Amino acid sequence: MDTFLQQVLTGLATGGVYASVALALVMIYQATSFVNFAQGEMAMFSTYIAWSLMDAGAPYWVAFIVTLLVSFGGGIVLERVLIRPMEDAPVLAVVIVTLGLLVIFNSVAGWIFSYVIKSFPSPFPSSPIEIEGFVFGMHGLGVVAVTLLLLAILYAFFRFTTLGLAMRAATQNPVSSRLVGIRVGWMRALGWGLASLLGAVAGMLVAPIVFLEPNMMGGILIYAFAAATLGGLTSPGGAVLGGFLVGVIENLAATYIPFIGTNLKLTVALVVIIGVLLIKPSGLFGHPEVRRV
Amino acid sequence: MAAFLEVRGLLASYGRTEVLHGIDFHVNAGGIATILGANGAGKSTTLRAVTGLIRCHGAITLEGVSLVGMAPERIVRLGVAHVVEGRGTFVNLTVEENLRLGAYTRKDHAAIGADFERVFSYFPRLKERRRQTAGTLSGGEQQMLAVARGLMLRPRLLLLDEPSFGLAPLVVDEIFHIVRQVNEQEKVAVLLVEQNARSALELAGEAYLMETGRMVMSGPPSVFQQDDSVRRSYLGY
Repeated sequence: MDTFLQQVLTGLATGGVYASVALALVMIYQATSFVNFAQGEMAMFSTYIAWSLMDAGAPYWVAFIVTLLVSFGGGIVLERVLIRPMEDAPVLAVVIVTLGLLVIFNSVAGWIFSYVIKSFPSPFPSSPIEIEGFVFGMHGLGVVAVTLLLLAILYAFFRFTTLGLAMRAATQNPVSSRLVGIRVGWMRALGWGLASLLGAVAGMLVAPIVFLEPNMMGGILIYAFAAATLGGLTSPGGAVLGGFLVGVIENLAATYIPFIGTNLKLTVALVVIIGVLLIKPSGLFGHPEVRRV
Repeated sequence: MAAFLEVRGLLASYGRTEVLHGIDFHVNAGGIATILGANGAGKSTTLRAVTGLIRCHGAITLEGVSLVGMAPERIVRLGVAHVVEGRGTFVNLTVEENLRLGAYTRKDHAAIGADFERVFSYFPRLKERRRQTAGTLSGGEQQMLAVARGLMLRPRLLLLDEPSFGLAPLVVDEIFHIVRQVNEQEKVAVLLVEQNARSALELAGEAYLMETGRMVMSGPPSVFQQDDSVRRSYLGY
């Protein structure tokens, strides 16, 4: 029983990482109604920016904040320069562009920063704490806390602010949005900026665990997709819950199902995606499209 | 004396197909004008041209300001509210959120609160359902919501595209009655596009008839109601 609970808690810690990337995915989906496959690589690139700043002597929090600002701005620029001209293109074309971005970011990161694994500091204390015989790594707890905080901020933003409302409206009905004066294009750009920012946070939370190298987000992105699919692409809360669930499922599967071990862990994530899409495509908490027949 | 909304020689195309072949009409300040016509006559296209949703050529002036080539987001800020055909409701947002969006461009926040009450007094059913998701409302209620959202702008000109579509006659009467009230009390000019000629002619002060992209008749409603061919083709008796 103790092992079970410990594995659940560890799963929650890794799940926090998936949850934060899933949040960025859902963010873009909410703002633009398609999925950005380059999300992980952009997060990785942002983390390298933070690393470079610290390597040049900047303290952690300065690097953190500057990276967030650069990522936010970069996301907006990307949308305006690459995605905006494709406004009327079919969805598949835009998806291909994001796949292209994935490859570009990955290669450019490797080219500029090399493929040598680098370490990345954690802002949380390194000594674990022990409660009732269960061990908690502080970083893992920190990841969970930050993810939940981000979720709360996002929820408040979308639910209670006019700008958040305008972003939701712009995705759902661009024509009606224009007719109430919303600048739909800029709402999309803002969505990309915010998603980039979220991705940067996720990257900087992940790097201390998996070490910084250009391919660090590849596997995590798949888990994040599993999380977002499970929770529902239209539900930020669902994505976070999905992240925790995927983390726990993955860990428990690896511990208790003998042939899975560490090799097939990723397969678990893929099975989750397929299973959800077959049974309840909109996820646990996503709402299916409301359409009057 | 130029009218409030003056349109001259309006040409519009969808791709290479010209659908408006140079039409003229106007709406007087505080007046109600209606454009009638069958399906495919180009009525909705006309409204879309006025609010900048499609490219067009010709002259469209609102109190002397030219609207041709202006983006919809700017035209809205000049006080033009467009209720599109099919309502254009934000179906996944609540009634209240839909109304809030109607006032998106306004800066006078204190007055917006008062406007909620005003709009609810016109449409009490919306007040009952204010926290409901808009997509769960009936067709008539969604139409009321669409008009109410337009009113939240405090528009000077209200464009209504086939508000009677798919609604029961009693509901249509109710909505048209409220439009008349709004026009009289708020002095909002209304441009009403309708296939339901009978109700539209009872509401409007000025009427136009379109057929395949051309204006074929214009004048006060009585002229239409007395014309034999119009009566047979569009009024059904």
